[in-house]
Amino acid sequence: MHDNEHASHHHEESFISKYIFSLDHKTIGKQFLIYGLIMFFLGGGLALLFRWQLAYPEKPLPIIGASQQYMDEGEVVTGADRMWERIYESEKEEWLEVNMPNGVVEPAFYNMLFTMHATIMVFFVVVPILVGAFGNFLIPLMIGTRDMAFPVLNMLSFWLAVVAAIVMTVGFFVPGGHAAAGWTGYAPLSSDAQWTGVDWGQNLWAISLLIQGFSSLVGSINYITTIINMRAPGMTFFRLPLVVWSLFIVAILLLLAFPVLSSALALLIFDRLAGTTFFTATAEGGGDPLLWQHLFWFFGHPEVYILILPGMGIASELIAVFSRKPIFGYRSMVYAMISIAFLGWIVWGHHMFQSGMRPGLGSVFMTTTMLIAVPSAIKTFNWLGTMFRGAIKFTTPMLHGIAFVSMFVIGGLSGIYMANTPVDIFIHDTYYIVAHIHYVVFGGSLFAIFGGIIFWFPKMYGRYMNDVLSKIHFWLTFVAFNCTFFPMHILGVGGHMRRISNPMQYEFLQGFEGMNIFITMSAFTLGFAQLILVFNFFWSIYRGKVAEQNPWQVTTLEWEAPTPVPHGNFGQIPTVYRGPYEYSVPGEEHDWTPQAQPEHAPATSGD
Amino acid sequence: MLQWLPENVSTFGQSVDSLFYGIYYLTLVVFILVMGTLIVFLIKYRHQEGKRADYIEGSTTLEITWTAATTVIVFGLAMLSYPQWNNIKSPTQFPENPDVVVQVSGKQFNWDMTYPGPDNEFGTDDDLDLENELHVPINAVVHIRLTAEDVIHSFFVPQLRLKQDALPNRFIDVWFEATKAGRYEIPCAELCGFGHSGMLGYLNVHTQDDYDAWVQERWPQ
Ligand code: HEM
Ligand SMILES: [Cu+2]
Ligand SMILES: [Cu+2]
Repeated sequence: MHDNEHASHHHEESFISKYIFSLDHKTIGKQFLIYGLIMFFLGGGLALLFRWQLAYPEKPLPIIGASQQYMDEGEVVTGADRMWERIYESEKEEWLEVNMPNGVVEPAFYNMLFTMHATIMVFFVVVPILVGAFGNFLIPLMIGTRDMAFPVLNMLSFWLAVVAAIVMTVGFFVPGGHAAAGWTGYAPLSSDAQWTGVDWGQNLWAISLLIQGFSSLVGSINYITTIINMRAPGMTFFRLPLVVWSLFIVAILLLLAFPVLSSALALLIFDRLAGTTFFTATAEGGGDPLLWQHLFWFFGHPEVYILILPGMGIASELIAVFSRKPIFGYRSMVYAMISIAFLGWIVWGHHMFQSGMRPGLGSVFMTTTMLIAVPSAIKTFNWLGTMFRGAIKFTTPMLHGIAFVSMFVIGGLSGIYMANTPVDIFIHDTYYIVAHIHYVVFGGSLFAIFGGIIFWFPKMYGRYMNDVLSKIHFWLTFVAFNCTFFPMHILGVGGHMRRISNPMQYEFLQGFEGMNIFITMSAFTLGFAQLILVFNFFWSIYRGKVAEQNPWQVTTLEWEAPTPVPHGNFGQIPTVYRGPYEYSVPGEEHDWTPQAQPEHAPATSGD
Repeated sequence: MLQWLPENVSTFGQSVDSLFYGIYYLTLVVFILVMGTLIVFLIKYRHQEGKRADYIEGSTTLEITWTAATTVIVFGLAMLSYPQWNNIKSPTQFPENPDVVVQVSGKQFNWDMTYPGPDNEFGTDDDLDLENELHVPINAVVHIRLTAEDVIHSFFVPQLRLKQDALPNRFIDVWFEATKAGRYEIPCAELCGFGHSGMLGYLNVHTQDDYDAWVQERWPQ
């Protein structure tokens, strides 16, 4: 919020047009970031509620749960008991009474919790931050232009996302509760209210995602146009930083994938409200539940790559900058991302091996899925190659970059088990899948997000984030993350199903009680560790150490812009003379040679 | 890690487990190599005062090598898996002339088992309906006609290494041959509503004598 002093060479703006309905890509990027962080807390809080139930099934939650005496004898002992007493005495059906009487999570509420946890994390946290925040903030700065191609569309994209988030949040409070059919919303569970008792919750879920789809669509058109048309002189495609490449590819994926989800959602709404049967097989014919799965995963698999590609891009920046070396195999990194983007369209069936899809198709999808592991491996080897003979600086952003690579390796390797159809018979729909998801999306995307926030914070707000707090946050998160999610592989190997609210109902899962408690403890640690990040973020906006123009000594164009970046970004649009990763060039005085530095001129220093 | 796998009691389970173990050791080796390299690099190439990084832009030979190597490995893995998968899931490859045929139907929140009875035909008077209890003889080929009444469920017997979604208005055939007598749980593995957790049936694998006795009791001759 410190842009004002330097923005004066552009026209003055009112508070509303500057901070609320801003057309400036940087402000919109920051808005998306704060939006994502807020939703991150909502999504995380839901997870802690259901983790409690998994560790201590049918036991009241801490703090708000009723005491044992109260539940046994109706004797009010704690403050929480008094609250429950009031709730039970009140005439109307209180929300808490319906969903967690005495603070015990009801099975239907449990289903709603994990459904909304995943929905929020995927659609309202990771995509808005990676694509909305980093995409908006970085693309114009890194390609050397003054703003997005369509600033008004850009603003629309953000405010549509706000509307979607509001609609999604309202869903928690409608009669029948929020959607409870999983983030994958498999029909017919999702397509007919009689199977879940969820009425408008599921409708609002679908409507909200439709709106979010429009938001993404508008944003992606903007990104694609901007990157194709507005690159600074000399900025050829093969001089684009990898994070811009990743956002470009992701924008194309979003543009093509989201309409598929939108049409599926529209059909779902017809099924629910207009009595059609697109996703229900009736005795007279009708539709087919597998149609939903095909449509959902045809969107869904590209979507999971939308969740990781920008993370890969960010990690590539961090690793090159802090190894002080060019990216190893820049072109092969680009080609790997492009092939992931192509192959991503022909692997969706790997989510449906056990769905009743023809077994022959399973073999086909196993083959394509195995293929997509290849570009992922290439990227990993190239990251290692980038560190090889580097001069690695262990800054906090770099720690996140390294964590990204190591966690992605685990997530990629666990993918091989599931891509293998016979092994998938056993681990499908178990915690093994949950472990995989979190290693790629939390271990991957979120570590990249954290690293990216700390790395670009000086450019966003003109100040550093507090490094001690960042380091504490990193180590707590890294340890707690692994303690939370690694054991889930073991649960999966033991056959522990996902999406069950009480594992103790099963004989063969009795041995996992201790592990579930351990996971829950770690999950709470992980959750609370995020408070450090958010505190640090907001505190540093106002109190952080003031940063110079190019504090990490980076070559790319965003660091050519003054700090804080004024409206319009650059005084004069820079000209690009070289690729983005010219670090430690022999014969140069500094170990970084900015993209905008003319040939044979002395290096411009970063302060 | 794999010692956590439940005991295997089906004929094809062994092939699933072998692949599981194979991939486990493969990925373990890859993981150790990659992480080992990473750690060595982090230590060896940490920033030291006065020392610059080497300007290396890449290596086409290396790119080709690791692309080819990973492609060969993952394709090899796929090759090994096709026959096992078909053996378990492709109806054309099921062992013929099953000893027992049962229809299993998932509904919120139970498994309905239907035996065709001595005439081996469904929908006749001698059918037997059981809720959540499946009885089969040991070392016998069992065919299951899997279906559902309302939403999708998933028939999962961890010890058989068998899982298959059950769909309304569709009949999906699965088979197994159990090699050890006992009582095994049949959880539902696909979210099917608020009672999904705890939707549980039982597979009773009997010795041949016990099974004959059970049949005798149900359909006295
Ligand atoms: C080496 C690359 C990868 C392979 C081979 C792979 C393979 C698979 C397979 C086969 C499944 C379905 C398993 C099942 O349900 O039985 C799956 C699920 C999933 N994967 Fe991956 N994956 C890879 C990378 C990724 C990446 C990079 C992401 C995202 C950032 C990702 C996110 C997910 C998610 C979210 C699911 C679970 C969806 C659900 O059922 O809720 N995967 N993966
Ligand atoms: Cu996928
Ligand atoms: Cu179920």
